[in-house]
Amino acid sequence: MLYATELMGSTAHDSDGHYIGRVREFFIEPAEQPNRVSHYLISRGRYRPLLAHYDQVASIEPGKLNLNVREQALQPYQPNENLLAVSKDLLDQQIIDTSGRKVVRVNDVDLVEQHSNGNIELRLSQVDVGIPGAVRRLLQGIASPAVVRKLQSRLPHSTIRWEFVNLIEPDPMRRVKLRITHEKLENLHPADLAEMMEMLSAAERQGIIASLDEETAAEVLAELDQRLTTQIVERMDPGRAADIIEEMDPDAAADLLADLPKETSEGLLHEMPGKEAAEVRELLSFDPATAGGMMNTEFLFMGESLTRDEALAWIRKQDLNIEQMDTIVLINLEAEYSGSVPVARLLLAAPEQRMSELKTEPLISVKVTDREGDVFELFDKYNLRMLTVVNDQDHPIGAIAVDDVVSRLLKK
Amino acid sequence: MDKGFISRRIGNVQAGGTDLMRRVRGLRRRLTLLLAVIGPGLITSNVDNDAGGISTYTQAGSHYGYALLWSLIPMTIALYVTEEMCARMGVVTGKGLSDLIREEFGFRSTFFVMVVGFFVDLANVVAEFAGVAAAMQIFGVNKFIAVPIAALLVWVLVLKGTYRQVEVIFLVACAFYVTYIISAILAKPDWLLAAKMTVIPTIHFDSGYLVMLTGLVGTTIAPWQFFYLQAGFVEKRVSVRQYPQARADVLVGSISCMVIVFFIIVCTAATLYTHGMRNIDNARDAAEALRPLAGPWAAYTFAFGLLNASLFAASILPLSTAHVICEGLGFEAGIDNKFSEAPIFYWLYTLLIVIGAGVVLMTNKLWTILIFSQVGNGIWLPVVVIFILLLVNRKDLMGEHTNTLTFNIVAWVTAIAMIVLTLFLTYTALFMSGSPSG
Repeated sequence: MLYATELMGSTAHDSDGHYIGRVREFFIEPAEQPNRVSHYLISRGRYRPLLAHYDQVASIEPGKLNLNVREQALQPYQPNENLLAVSKDLLDQQIIDTSGRKVVRVNDVDLVEQHSNGNIELRLSQVDVGIPGAVRRLLQGIASPAVVRKLQSRLPHSTIRWEFVNLIEPDPMRRVKLRITHEKLENLHPADLAEMMEMLSAAERQGIIASLDEETAAEVLAELDQRLTTQIVERMDPGRAADIIEEMDPDAAADLLADLPKETSEGLLHEMPGKEAAEVRELLSFDPATAGGMMNTEFLFMGESLTRDEALAWIRKQDLNIEQMDTIVLINLEAEYSGSVPVARLLLAAPEQRMSELKTEPLISVKVTDREGDVFELFDKYNLRMLTVVNDQDHPIGAIAVDDVVSRLLKK
Repeated sequence: MDKGFISRRIGNVQAGGTDLMRRVRGLRRRLTLLLAVIGPGLITSNVDNDAGGISTYTQAGSHYGYALLWSLIPMTIALYVTEEMCARMGVVTGKGLSDLIREEFGFRSTFFVMVVGFFVDLANVVAEFAGVAAAMQIFGVNKFIAVPIAALLVWVLVLKGTYRQVEVIFLVACAFYVTYIISAILAKPDWLLAAKMTVIPTIHFDSGYLVMLTGLVGTTIAPWQFFYLQAGFVEKRVSVRQYPQARADVLVGSISCMVIVFFIIVCTAATLYTHGMRNIDNARDAAEALRPLAGPWAAYTFAFGLLNASLFAASILPLSTAHVICEGLGFEAGIDNKFSEAPIFYWLYTLLIVIGAGVVLMTNKLWTILIFSQVGNGIWLPVVVIFILLLVNRKDLMGEHTNTLTFNIVAWVTAIAMIVLTLFLTYTALFMSGSPSG
């Protein structure tokens, strides 16, 4: 095992044994091979630095790098956007540990040697985010490498395998060139991702949101601290922002838009398809501290006279999220609220049983204008998972889910 | 039973009320925006008037009367210029000062900054607990009772409080500095003379006067405050668009800090200096001396102010220090973590408080510690300011928000002036007898 910081500053000699300069940087070319050190930067004081390709390197050890070619064969260094610099882009920077679901800072980069015909390749195996790397950085050049190695072997290790490392690059052009994708992040739970994003700077957050698919982005935005959400949306391209908001639940979208300046939110609503925009507009008209401000307009409802089998067929036709299918709202022929049925009851019901026979007693609902305190009390008293919101004519117009109640209570 | 039926009904309900709600939301939004930003600047500047600060201002007033008041205006500018750079960096980069030092200057520089910072801050924490002990003595409470209670109070505050709650407590503490204005009014000073001396510089070239001047600067602009200020704006997630509000917060903070200094100096000048008690060396003696001159209430408000300031700073310093160190070196930090998740953070925090309070209990030479802490600040300040100046002028970090030329000139002049002054302060503190700075 070699460490990047141990190798930085090594003297470089060519195949004739002539001194060339010192190794100052390692580059990786992710487009070619995501974990191989592809180029070594050799600085020569006031002369232009040289770049050694990996197949020009015969051996490398702490303090010493030998080439298998003569100095003339090396290229002069030119900045290259396709290269990831180990020292500049990785060391001391923050990365996302996708296995540990944390944002961490890189202390050192661990490398393994791979011998092939006549040259040596270095592969990034893991990044060091623990105390051993810190101690090494501190003592390099002060204590002898042997002492440092002995010391660090006794310290608790904390490393992340390279394949679980997700770099944070705010510049979208560079992200493409360096093949930084956030596919690994999309597999994390949105709540974990949101928590990590809160630890990053604004530009970095923006970069991550920009590269997530719209559905994941919507879920993450719904989980983020509200102040961050508005900042992110304001800095986003309005078209993309509208696409993401469209993916959100209407109540979350309304909460977000309510915090934006009027011109921005109007612009975004304008970009959204008519149906979604109308739903969100409607929610925006309610005071946030009332049932109307808490409810979601997307909910499952049907006539009370349906049989279980008819109900199932109806549910399957609906385009609803799993979370919205927790409870069914029943309406009578006048479209008035007449009861609710937990979906789980359908499992136990007979095929021909009518929905009106399955409903929960007593009949509980709130008016759109009822205060949020009343809503909390009802949830507590009846151990509800979902509460129906009705208008003055007793028509169900929305539903409040228990998770919205929990997050509101937590904010208090 | 179609969805359209219900939607049509809903349509009738929503038409009213929309516009009014919008307007109410807009107003509420603007208010929360302002409240969301203020805090860090106001708190940081006011914590500058801590135990060491108050002692120095007391001496300035009792030794030289109104003669040093003119220095407050240039000091306000220096304080604002340096703090503004950090506020701007925090807002633009979204990163703390220690994070930026780590990312741009590497591990070893960061480690050096953190270790020295730890010891300088520790000396400051000791000074704050010394301030608590001194203030409570005026109220007749023994330090063996007062200091452990204060330490426990501070420790619990962090373990039980959230960032927002703690900030509200701190903002209330800022308001208590008003007690110094009351003390000053009770002392019946010559307001006209004070005003004149504030705008017209009077420079003497005797060494005591210069040392006093240096002490004033050194105690008002403390190095740790830059870390706290920047972290504060990062933590509050202030965006670039809200930056004008953040800058206003820093400006109001700098001015309010200096207003309090003005009143402390005026209070002691009007009483101690006028009555010939010109050898008062610390805040406790000053409060005692105020009793016969301006009545017991002047003494009590003065002592209460000292207690408030000391507790205030003692709450912020250990927390800020532990945070900065852990962030810079990459350990888990923050009171949202459990002890087992962020052991180094909690150990550092606890250690700072325990040592800080412990030293005060073990020694009686409290005012020597005060001098030591100020010398530490003095030596450390230029290093931190140079780091700040290097970072704030980086185009790749700050984009269009780097310093303008004028701002750079003011900032560098401030930095160099502070270096010269603090070198001078350090020299006199180390090699001249007596206690020159307080």
